[in-house]
Amino acid sequence: MHLMYFTEQPMAAYDEKAGLEYGATALTFSNKYFDPKEGARLYNEYLDQYMLCEEVGIDGIMLNEHHNAPFCMQAKTNICAAILARITKKAKIVLLGNPLPLAENPIRLAEELAMIDMISNGRLVSGFVRGGGQEQLSAGVNPAYNRERFIEAHNLIVKAWTEPGPFRWEGTHYQHRVVNPWAVPLQKPYPRVWVPGVISKETVIWAAQQRYPYIALNTSIEDTKKIWALYDQTAAECGYETGPENRGYLARIHVADDEATALKNAREFTWMQGEFTGLAHPVWANPAGYFSPSARRGFVEFAVGRSQNPRGAMTFEQQLESGMIMAGTPKQVLPRIRHLLEETRPGIMAVWAQDGKVPQKDQMRCIELLGKEVFPQVREWSKELGLTSPFETDAPVHIKYSKDLKKKPVAAE
Amino acid sequence: MANAKGWAEHTVEVSGAKVYLQRSGKGAPILVLHHDIGTLDSLAFYDELAKSHDVLIPHYPGWGRSPRLEWMRHPRDVAVILQGLRAELQLGPTALIGLGFGGWVAAEMASMAPREVSKLVLVGPMGIKPAEGDILDQAIISYIDYPQAFFHERKVFEAHYGNVTTDQLEAWDIAREMSFRIAWKPYMYSQTLPHLLGAVKAPALIVWGEDDKVVPAATAGQFRTALPNARVEIVKGSGHAVEMEKPAELAKLVVPFIAAK
Repeated sequence: MHLMYFTEQPMAAYDEKAGLEYGATALTFSNKYFDPKEGARLYNEYLDQYMLCEEVGIDGIMLNEHHNAPFCMQAKTNICAAILARITKKAKIVLLGNPLPLAENPIRLAEELAMIDMISNGRLVSGFVRGGGQEQLSAGVNPAYNRERFIEAHNLIVKAWTEPGPFRWEGTHYQHRVVNPWAVPLQKPYPRVWVPGVISKETVIWAAQQRYPYIALNTSIEDTKKIWALYDQTAAECGYETGPENRGYLARIHVADDEATALKNAREFTWMQGEFTGLAHPVWANPAGYFSPSARRGFVEFAVGRSQNPRGAMTFEQQLESGMIMAGTPKQVLPRIRHLLEETRPGIMAVWAQDGKVPQKDQMRCIELLGKEVFPQVREWSKELGLTSPFETDAPVHIKYSKDLKKKPVAAE
Repeated sequence: MANAKGWAEHTVEVSGAKVYLQRSGKGAPILVLHHDIGTLDSLAFYDELAKSHDVLIPHYPGWGRSPRLEWMRHPRDVAVILQGLRAELQLGPTALIGLGFGGWVAAEMASMAPREVSKLVLVGPMGIKPAEGDILDQAIISYIDYPQAFFHERKVFEAHYGNVTTDQLEAWDIAREMSFRIAWKPYMYSQTLPHLLGAVKAPALIVWGEDDKVVPAATAGQFRTALPNARVEIVKGSGHAVEMEKPAELAKLVVPFIAAK
């Protein structure tokens, strides 16, 4: 089992009333409400949290990025990763991930990631994502070609990492006449790639075709099982059997020394879901062409307010009840985690442990409790349940490095 | 085949595209090029034109009833396909009426084949970067809010679209995706079109709704300057969709202009 810590790096230090009045806190919610003094404090607090993670023995630090929104102030995942590459020594630096379609020059990403991998002495896990819908708009990138750009940028980066340059790339969305980055990753054949996601079947299928672990981002147990069924079916078609090493899960868990503090802080998870300040207009979150055509009908109805978000909307209490949010003392949350492990059988687990305005001292204590009281038990159970990580099984980095395929793989390069 | 209003329906194959079109009337040909939101099947303005002309209303590939072409990247691609459609149908020099985004397509057609276009009517055209203001960005507003912004009066929007159906919302989303696919950046204009318009031979009539909230009406002057032979008419009490908001007034301007020798 690979156990990670995650925070969205929320930036809740802004005028909440302004957000409520505007009705949204993303994309076009003015950055005049951003306070760089608070930003400086928070960035450094988050780095302190990551350093504590390593101190208390957490295996990995999961990072991500978003744009134009207070729910995540990390605008470039590679910047925090570069800092952690040097100031930490043991923890894996897990990027989930770089939003490939937003890149106009994927070679630049390949170079940055190679540097992070070398500076960290091979501790990089280089996840890739499509980027949120509204990020296509904040980056000025065409949402209609999002998936095509994702796949093409991935193929270009992997080629730049694995084949000696110079070579020429004449793609549909990227054209580079000389690809020959001097710096290449330390890890061979290349750093592990994990793919997080929520809803898109196309992404699950693509990840399974590559044999990249898929990280289900806080999906319900029922939906997670559907994701694994699709992943497993695709894997079988590609000629391999899946195991826990193919499966990751991001759970929202906040622990404290007493239940009342844990519940108070856990309620901050709903901050991001818009209950405090509203989040985004559905049209920005799902611009035309960005989502799967099979979901078009549901999204257009949602976008004009005729139906609920196809991604679901639950109250805090419902989320606690269903286990989508776990909060309490370590003793209280452990049985719920056990249930999750038994039901979804991941080999990679990330804990998203805070949101909104959780005080730094509470958050540091939460990390300490995770590292010292929660994760040791989870590791024991994982051994008992056979939940092995890709590191433990030495899983192939990509399907093309598999030695156990039952027939010729159908995956793309 | 013919639809309820007596318009014949055709599918014309050009460059791998299967272009759906409606056609009615007799006389000199008029090609009507629809908005970025597509077109309703039936409009009083279309019927008025068909009283004196052979009127053809194609759906661009990817919009309405014409299947998508994955490779299209620019409105000029649509313009070439529609020139191909004219050739396929053996139409002689043709009058073009371009509505909004269709005005951009029409302007491209007139610039690429000057002798093939007899008259050019541009109604609130996109295609040139406004010197003042911007073309309304549909990417950040809702499916109903964007078409509503085409109208000076909301009740006229409601008269045309009623209680918007989910099928219509889906069609608007598909149309929006196509707009993104071919006109994302720069958004809804071309940096070369103002220069290329110097090649147009056809007399041009530029019509603008006084209250156009989609393309600033001041852009009319830029089209007049770019086109060698153009005049501007402003329609009061109308927004961007002049053909739906003031169909009789628009027909009164357009029909004599096209009929004139």
